[in-house]
Amino acid sequence: MYKIASKKTLNPTVTEMQIYAPLVAKKAKAGQFIILRVDEDGERIPLTIAGYNRENGTVKIIFQIVGSTTEKLSHKNEGDYIADFVGPLGKATETENIKSVCIIGGGVGCAIALPVAEEFKALGAEVTSIIGFRNKDLLILEDEFSACSDELIVMTDDGSYKRAGNVTMPLKEMLEAGKKFDMIIAIGPLVMMKFVSLAAKPFGVPLTVSMNPVMVDGTGMCGGCRISLVKDGVRTIKFACVDGPDFNGYEVDFDEAISRSRAYFDFERKAHEKTCNLFKGVN
Amino acid sequence: MAIIPKKNEMPVQDPILRAGNFKEVALGYSKEVAVNEASRCINCKNKPCVSGCPVKIDIPSFISKVKEGDFEGAYAIISKDSSLPAVCGRVCPQESQCESKCTLGVKFEPVAIGRLERFVADYHNANDNGEVAKIESNGVKVAVVGSGPSGLTAAGDLAKLGYEVTVFEALHTAGGVLVYGIPEFRLPKSIVAKEVDGLKKLGVKVETNVVVGKTLTIEELFEEGFKAVFIGSGAGLPKFMNIEGETLKNVYSANEYLTRINLMKAYLQDGTTPVYRAKKLAVIGGGNVAMDAARSAKRLGADVTIIYRRTEKELPARLEEIHHAKEEGIKFEFLTSPVRILNDGNGAVGGIVCEKMKLSEPDESGRARPIRIENSEYEIDVDAVVMALGTSPNPLIKDTTKGLEVNRHGGIIVCEETGKTSLNGVYAGGDAVTGAATVILAMGAGKTAAKSIDEYLKNN
Repeated sequence: MYKIASKKTLNPTVTEMQIYAPLVAKKAKAGQFIILRVDEDGERIPLTIAGYNRENGTVKIIFQIVGSTTEKLSHKNEGDYIADFVGPLGKATETENIKSVCIIGGGVGCAIALPVAEEFKALGAEVTSIIGFRNKDLLILEDEFSACSDELIVMTDDGSYKRAGNVTMPLKEMLEAGKKFDMIIAIGPLVMMKFVSLAAKPFGVPLTVSMNPVMVDGTGMCGGCRISLVKDGVRTIKFACVDGPDFNGYEVDFDEAISRSRAYFDFERKAHEKTCNLFKGVN
Repeated sequence: MAIIPKKNEMPVQDPILRAGNFKEVALGYSKEVAVNEASRCINCKNKPCVSGCPVKIDIPSFISKVKEGDFEGAYAIISKDSSLPAVCGRVCPQESQCESKCTLGVKFEPVAIGRLERFVADYHNANDNGEVAKIESNGVKVAVVGSGPSGLTAAGDLAKLGYEVTVFEALHTAGGVLVYGIPEFRLPKSIVAKEVDGLKKLGVKVETNVVVGKTLTIEELFEEGFKAVFIGSGAGLPKFMNIEGETLKNVYSANEYLTRINLMKAYLQDGTTPVYRAKKLAVIGGGNVAMDAARSAKRLGADVTIIYRRTEKELPARLEEIHHAKEEGIKFEFLTSPVRILNDGNGAVGGIVCEKMKLSEPDESGRARPIRIENSEYEIDVDAVVMALGTSPNPLIKDTTKGLEVNRHGGIIVCEETGKTSLNGVYAGGDAVTGAATVILAMGAGKTAAKSIDEYLKNN
């Protein structure tokens, strides 16, 4: 059992938790993920690590309520326990030889982009961050990004806060104006990462994306998380849990990943509705 | 007394009924039937059956105890050599091991050794008061990586020798392939849980949610005070065919399909983990895992076809599993190999295109090599595909353990007689060494390693 050391609501659908898991905290690095189960007989879900405190032995997770499991998790409180918490899994984000980086976060993906930005800052790189949200109510982590970025651009789709539009707009402008980055790192919805890839490709800047596919065990056993990479017309299959979750953003077959991510959409919707109704009964 | 030429039949659930549930298929012998079956053993002098058993159980002795009606006595004999009799009695390929050597089998059917082993273990488990003789600890810590058959066996043997054993398991439940892979209807999970509980009573600690290679490394285990490590991390990454359409939705590896159904209980109506409920499903492959996947799919309501590139004669699965699969209405397409998987227009499986094969000269595995027949392509109408093609070793431990030597397939290299790896104090066994094999071979490797670890620690 793993104790919830703290809980904070970041916006109506996004929650931050610190989970007491000293072994995971000791090893965790930006870019890696954990798998948790809320209770016995619950499903295993992967969440990318949003931060860690090695001294306190806690690992930070930030999640959006998207299905039954995240709904159940959001109803847990500080001091409660969850059944399982395992990690750190996957490979850490590569930071070597990167002096200037553009970090792009979309929606709840910003939670995962933040520790990456912080890590680069700590390593002395020049950090430009672009974070985007649907609207002002969904904005998270602006202050934290501000603290670790040399330049921060905040976008909202509807223009309800800061600049209107999507994250690819300022990226394109900067690249067109001749801004040089050693690496662009995009973390967010698959559609966003796909469009960042399309926008950045003509400029030849290396691009890393963080994939979060459907997973069961997270240790390479099930192969459910497979991602197709296409390089020079040759297609290879990689397992996000052991080979990733970071991949070259120009090689990922996003359309396939988008299709695969919706494999259990109906099941999840029904399960979520059922869970919501359950909580309606008790709350 | 005249010899009874045939084995006593194993009572089973009716095929039509069982194809709709996940309850155990084989129901087990009654006391009377077990005693009768035991009386078929002629107690031959040279006991060839023992040589057919990878862990060398004293088979004639336990059978003679059954004949006398001393079932606990029989259990005591089996458990001297086997840590998991209730498991092995169910999943061992006895027909190619102990029973294949039975003297009676020369003229008649061999003694049903596996069924008797299961009977004895089940009798013991039903009547066991749970008390375990206290073992004096020697204070020496040994780590076991993985809680599958090899790890549980090594842990049990070492604990009985007085070592303080901690088993590290990556998943949330102990048992390894016994809980994520082998389905409930072939090996009820309660039996595995009982075996694990038995080990805990011996003093073995089980730490779930620890991925060795990620959460902790082998080196750190030594730093934490463990004096020896046994790696039984099991088989790893599932193999695919590299054909078109393999990343479509509803294409599963057998590992994923079975894990969702078994470990994550997707077969329950109110299960929290989804699995696609196929109407028509194809399983590619012909081993025990293919049979398990096919029979699981059948129980979830699918019309199931097993596609295998050789003939029925070459199927690597146990005869009993093939027989059960057929009884349950699973269809087989032999001499058939998939060419591509079709898209239904929504990114999911819409069919599978196969071609016919014929057999030619034997290949390096000694089996006839299947070769394609030109222009023989045809389509099978399916909405899900399960690939049961085996696995390749998991890289997590190899990648984080300096000096641990692996072969070109990624399997850990060990000395066969001792289980010792290229690192001092580190031993390995089971699928992590051999690639996908059987439960009993993994158990045998766990036993061998436990013995070597004991010798190593006594001399160091």
